[in-house]
Parts: sequence; structure tokens; C-alpha cells
Amino acid sequence: MAYTKVAKKYSGKINEVTLGTGDKAITIGGRNVLPFHHFDGEIGHPPKVGIEITDIVPDDWNNALKNLYGDVMGDAAKWAKYVEDNYAPDFICLHFVGASPDGANKSVEECVEVAKQVAAAITTPLVVAGCKNDEKDGELFAAVAEALQGKNILILAAKEENYKTVGAAGALAYQQKVAAESSVDINLAKQLNILMNQLGVKAEDMVMHLGVAAAGYGFEYLSSTMDRVVLAALGQNDTTLQMPIITPVSFETWGVKEAVATEADEPEWGSAEERGIHMEVATAAACLVSGADAVIVRHPKSLQTVKSLIEGLLE
Amino acid sequence: MALTGLDIFKLTPRKNCKECGFPTCMAFAMKVASGAVEIEKCPHISDEAKAKLSEATAPPMRTIKVGTGDYEKALGGETVLFRHEKTFVNRNLFAVQFADQMTDDEVSGKIANLKKVDYERIGEQMHVEAVAVKYTGNKERYLDVIKQLKDLNKVFILVCDDAAVAAEAVALVKETKPVLVGANAGNLDEMVKLAKDNGVVLGLSADTVEDLYALAEKAQGLDYKELVLNTTGENIAKTFEKTIEVRRTALEGKDRTFGYPSIVFVNDLAKDNAYLQTALAATFILKYGSIIVLDDIEYANALPLFALRQNIFTDPQKPMRVEPKVYEFANPDAESPVLLTVDFALTYFVVSGEIERAKVPAYLAVPDAGGLSVLTSWAAGKLGASVIRDMIKNSGLEEKLTRKRLVLPGKVAVLKGEVEEELPGWEIIVGPEEAMQIPKFLRELN
Repeated sequence: MAYTKVAKKYSGKINEVTLGTGDKAITIGGRNVLPFHHFDGEIGHPPKVGIEITDIVPDDWNNALKNLYGDVMGDAAKWAKYVEDNYAPDFICLHFVGASPDGANKSVEECVEVAKQVAAAITTPLVVAGCKNDEKDGELFAAVAEALQGKNILILAAKEENYKTVGAAGALAYQQKVAAESSVDINLAKQLNILMNQLGVKAEDMVMHLGVAAAGYGFEYLSSTMDRVVLAALGQNDTTLQMPIITPVSFETWGVKEAVATEADEPEWGSAEERGIHMEVATAAACLVSGADAVIVRHPKSLQTVKSLIEGLLE
Repeated sequence: MALTGLDIFKLTPRKNCKECGFPTCMAFAMKVASGAVEIEKCPHISDEAKAKLSEATAPPMRTIKVGTGDYEKALGGETVLFRHEKTFVNRNLFAVQFADQMTDDEVSGKIANLKKVDYERIGEQMHVEAVAVKYTGNKERYLDVIKQLKDLNKVFILVCDDAAVAAEAVALVKETKPVLVGANAGNLDEMVKLAKDNGVVLGLSADTVEDLYALAEKAQGLDYKELVLNTTGENIAKTFEKTIEVRRTALEGKDRTFGYPSIVFVNDLAKDNAYLQTALAATFILKYGSIIVLDDIEYANALPLFALRQNIFTDPQKPMRVEPKVYEFANPDAESPVLLTVDFALTYFVVSGEIERAKVPAYLAVPDAGGLSVLTSWAAGKLGASVIRDMIKNSGLEEKLTRKRLVLPGKVAVLKGEVEEELPGWEIIVGPEEAMQIPKFLRELN
């Protein structure tokens, strides 16, 4: 008996979403097959990888990264430019950790100023992430969306608690792209997408942030949520779940014990930087094969590795 | 293909003798069809009928046992392509590869690493389960390396397509039920004979998915079904395609020719790039690698890979739980606060992560709350004042602490009064509702 391939054809397709402007603009999505299943149909745009930088000098980053970047960390615009020139990521994620009322509590005006400087310094597409305080993020995103009108940035992200502010200002008033963030649950994701849609945000201006977990820290929930979302989007042609998925891997992987424990804490474990990179690339790879169309990493070596993986899988 | 009750009824003697415990053969057949009863309950069933039935009800993918005794591992036996559809059953094995051209230093270095990376994570002992030994032309050295590895008690994966050398290698370790990855279109007959004679699991290799299929069909034709399929291809994309096609042909296509575990040599694909090797290993943990071969193991790659495997092979119906006990952070002393959470692994990870981030000395008391989240366990009556009292009383914390402060999760603030009654002498504090507020809360707590 000859081999009969089990062909997988899906009626649905992941939306195409473009970030940034000009030569360096990127598009994600556009596939009608499971991730990297080039043998089944249209693979669309290869997944994209971005690098995370922060608005203030982060106090909890691995020392190796601090040494790597040195002084440019003190100025987000210089930092962004440095990353663009030296590592050429697909996009840069400016993470406003300094906005947190539990931390540096930078004012919205200060943050907007930083955002403007960063956007002026680079031509790479920009993603702005908040400080996890829904109220502050709402104000921050609205102001940044306005200040960077025309840059076609991605706002990461609108949540159930602030989607009206973020969606209305970000996508409707200032035509930016907005990620809808839910916490690792297909129904919550669907519900927020529908709410955003009812607000008037078009599906093609949205991506999904389905939550993030590091390998070993409940990653199975994230992986299975992605599986279910992707299968619903493709298999059932569920238009409320066809937005591309972005996963800020670095927000979690550098905070887990495997990456944080010092060499003094765990002498057998070896370099914390090495552990951090391995944790980051393992988690990013697992996200990509589960359905992420874009991932955010922190270490330049992770960027390089994940790019190689994507190229290898699509060769 | 599952048989219906009627199909099974036709295999029974149809005498309604009741010896199986059921009033009629038909009733018995219906029970068998639903999987509630074994066909063996019928004393009159013929061997032929039994074979037919077991063939029909066999899972689409065989479970292959490798190794022996305490080191025996099961591979394959999967029934779904996505874990949420049911669960993944047998976690993949990791192997570290040795070869005949390696120097003594290289061999002993890898052996040392295999011994060093052996640790516990949430009730599971983490270590590499297998060693692959690759033959590249030096037979004496090859056999010598195999001998050096025998004491490790790992599952042997002999990578050798020279049947004569393979025979000598198998002779050294055949009692350990090794895997011999060496059969191809050119040597299948010899290799199947060798495998059959020695009870060895045989690994099949071919360039394309079609060739691999033809090879598996041939091996089955030689009546050998202790097989593993080497799905490694010429590059990453081909390997991914092959590995996926093999698994889904077996599970969705119900074609048992591909119903065997896979082996993926990510070490060959990564070409000495350790980070890429980790990324590839993660890829094939999720996407159907049954044995994943690595160049080497160190804590840096072991920690994420074992952790990821532990997650992915968790049964979705039985959430992962952490051991109920008191966990310590940043060397707490007699004055440090005691935080309380539940034994649902996800909750524990989030809470413990935030306490670590706070860098404030603290205890975290985790009672047996049924492996549920804070609100669910409270609603289910598994996280109440008495549970908390028993946990604290049995923990030894009362004797240890001079200042007794217990921080309840904000979501169960309602328990404060009851817990105060149950734990006289303790100051009961309501903590934040969300874990991310813990660092600030702890820093301001005094």
C-alpha cells in the first residue's frame, strides 16, 4: 500500500496585520495552516521576533545584559537605536516599566516624551508595552497613541479593564494597532475580541496577546490555549479568533528561578545569563510552534537563535 | 477502527451461558464495545476472535518499551495530536549522543554531565534517560565507548547501520533492551533478524516520508513491530514535516504503519549551536518527538527542557500540584511574615515568583487545597479556616516564630474572622488580590 498523506485543509485564515511604516514595516499572519506546516498550504508571513527595551534603567535585569548595553540603557532612544543598528530585530518593544505606580511612577507626560524620542530615533516598527497597572496603562497608551500618530505602532495591550480607553484612542482615534490581552483562556480571548469589535475596532487592526508563561510555569495552559484558538480560527473559520498572536516571552522568562538564581545561590547551575537565554529560546520556540506569530525576547542571542529556528522551519 | 457491539456479538459463541456474568451474549458484547469489560471474561471466546478484537481495539500508535527494570521507559501510545483533546501519555525521552571518534576526555566530560544533571522538580526526578552511541567507522573504539557507558543505567540507543558491527554492539547490551537505530532500505532483512533474535527495538531511517513508510511496511511484513521511526531529515523543515506527518498519519489517518514512536536527532540539526539545539528540542517536545537526541546536557539546557516536558505531558484533567508544605524565601527568620496560598501549581508559581521578586524574607504556607485555585478551593470547601489552622499547627511555625503574622490571599478576605478565631495569638492580615501586588505589599509590611 502506498503512503497516503493526511491532507489538512482549513477554511479559515489568520488575518494579516502590518506594523510600522516604510521599508522596515512588517506584516504578520496570512497563513491558512498550523504553524510552520508549509507542507499543508499557505504559510503566510514568517513569524517575527522583537527585542525588549525599557523606558528607565531596569533594576532587575541580568547583569550580563546591563554590561552588554552599558550606558545606552540610560537613554531609551539611544538604546533603541543601538538595538536597531546592531541586532536588526523585526521590531522593538518599548516596555514602560517605569510607569508603574508601584515603582518609579513616571508621569504619562514623561513616558510620552520617551516614546517620541524612541520613535524618532528608529525606523524599525515599534511596540509599546505597559506597566501592568490597567488604569495607568490606559492613560499612557491613549497619550502615546496620539503622540505617535502615523507611526503605525502596536499597543500591548488592551485588557478587559481598559479596552474602551485603549481601543478608542489607540485604534479608532489615532489608527494604531492594538493587542487584546486576555489571561490564557480561549473564551476570555474571544469575548474581548468581540467587545473590541463592538467598540468599532476592526479585526485587521488587532492582534491577540493570549497571556504568557515560561517553560515549566504552567506553559501547558498557554500552549493548549493557543492550540485551541488556532484550531478554531482555521478549522471553524471563527472570525473572532483570527487575529495573529503576539507573545512577550521575555516578560516572564527572565523572572523565573531558572533565570534569576545567582551563581552563588545555585553553584551547579552555571552562568545565569546562559540559563536565561536557554529558558528564553525554549519558551519562544514552544510559543511559535503552538501558534504565536510574533514573540518578544530580551537577549540578542535569543533573537538570533529564534530567527534561525524560524528560517530553519520554513527552509 | 472500533468494533460495534454487534460486531463483537458475532465473535461470541451466542449461547447465552451467563458464565461471563451477563444475562446474554448481546449484553456482554455491548459492554465490551463500550470498553467496560474485557473480552477475556468470556470463557468460550476463540483465540482467533480474541486476536481479531485486540487488533481492532488496539490504539493507533503502539507503546514501545525500552530499557529494563527500574530504567524501563514507555514510548508512544499517544491517541491525540493536541493535548487538550485528551492528554499526551508517554513523555519523550532525552538522550545524549556519544560516538566512536570522541576522545576519552570528551566521553568522560559528557558522562560527568549526565551524572551531574539529576535533580527534582515538582515531584519528578529530572535526568537524561538515554545515551545514543554513534558508529562512524572505528569498531574497537565504538565497542569500548559502549562498555564505558554501561554503568550509567541509561537506555542505550545504538546508532549503527553496519549490521556486523551492530551485532557485536547489541551483544554487549542486549539484556538492557536497547534501541538499534540502523535499519534502512539496504540492510533491513539483516537488521530485523538481529533485532528479533535479541529482543531489540529497531529504529528505521529513510530520506523521505514515502521511503520511511515503505520501510516500515516491509519491517511489518517481516513480522517485526518493535519499531521506532527516525524522522530526522536533511534539514529542520524536512524533519518537522516528517515528524508531523508520521504522527498524524497514525492518529488521524488510522494507519498503523506509522503507528510507532519517533526519534529526532536535534543535535545533528543544530550544528553545534547550543541555543538552537534547545529551541529545536523544545519544538519537538511539543511536536511529536518521542526520543530527542542532544549533544550534551548541562543545567542551562536541562532546566527549561525538562520543565517544558513536565508541563506538556501533564494530564489536562489532573492539574499539576506542588507539595503542600512551608516554602522559605530569602532566609526568613522568627520575625518574617507567613503568606498563604494553595497547592495548584500555577497559583504557587505566580505567588512564589512575586515573593522572590520582592526579595523580602518570608514563609509561604501551602496547605492541601485539592490542587485548585484560591477561589475554587475556597468555594469547594477545601480552603477554609480549619484547613488553614491544621496546616499552621502542623507546620512547626508556631514554635519557630516570635512574631506570628499570617497573610491571607485577598480573594478570601472573608475568611479573616474565622481564621482569627482558629489561630489565637496570630495577627491575620488580608493580602493583595493579585500576585503582582505582592512585592509592594511585602516591602510595606512591617
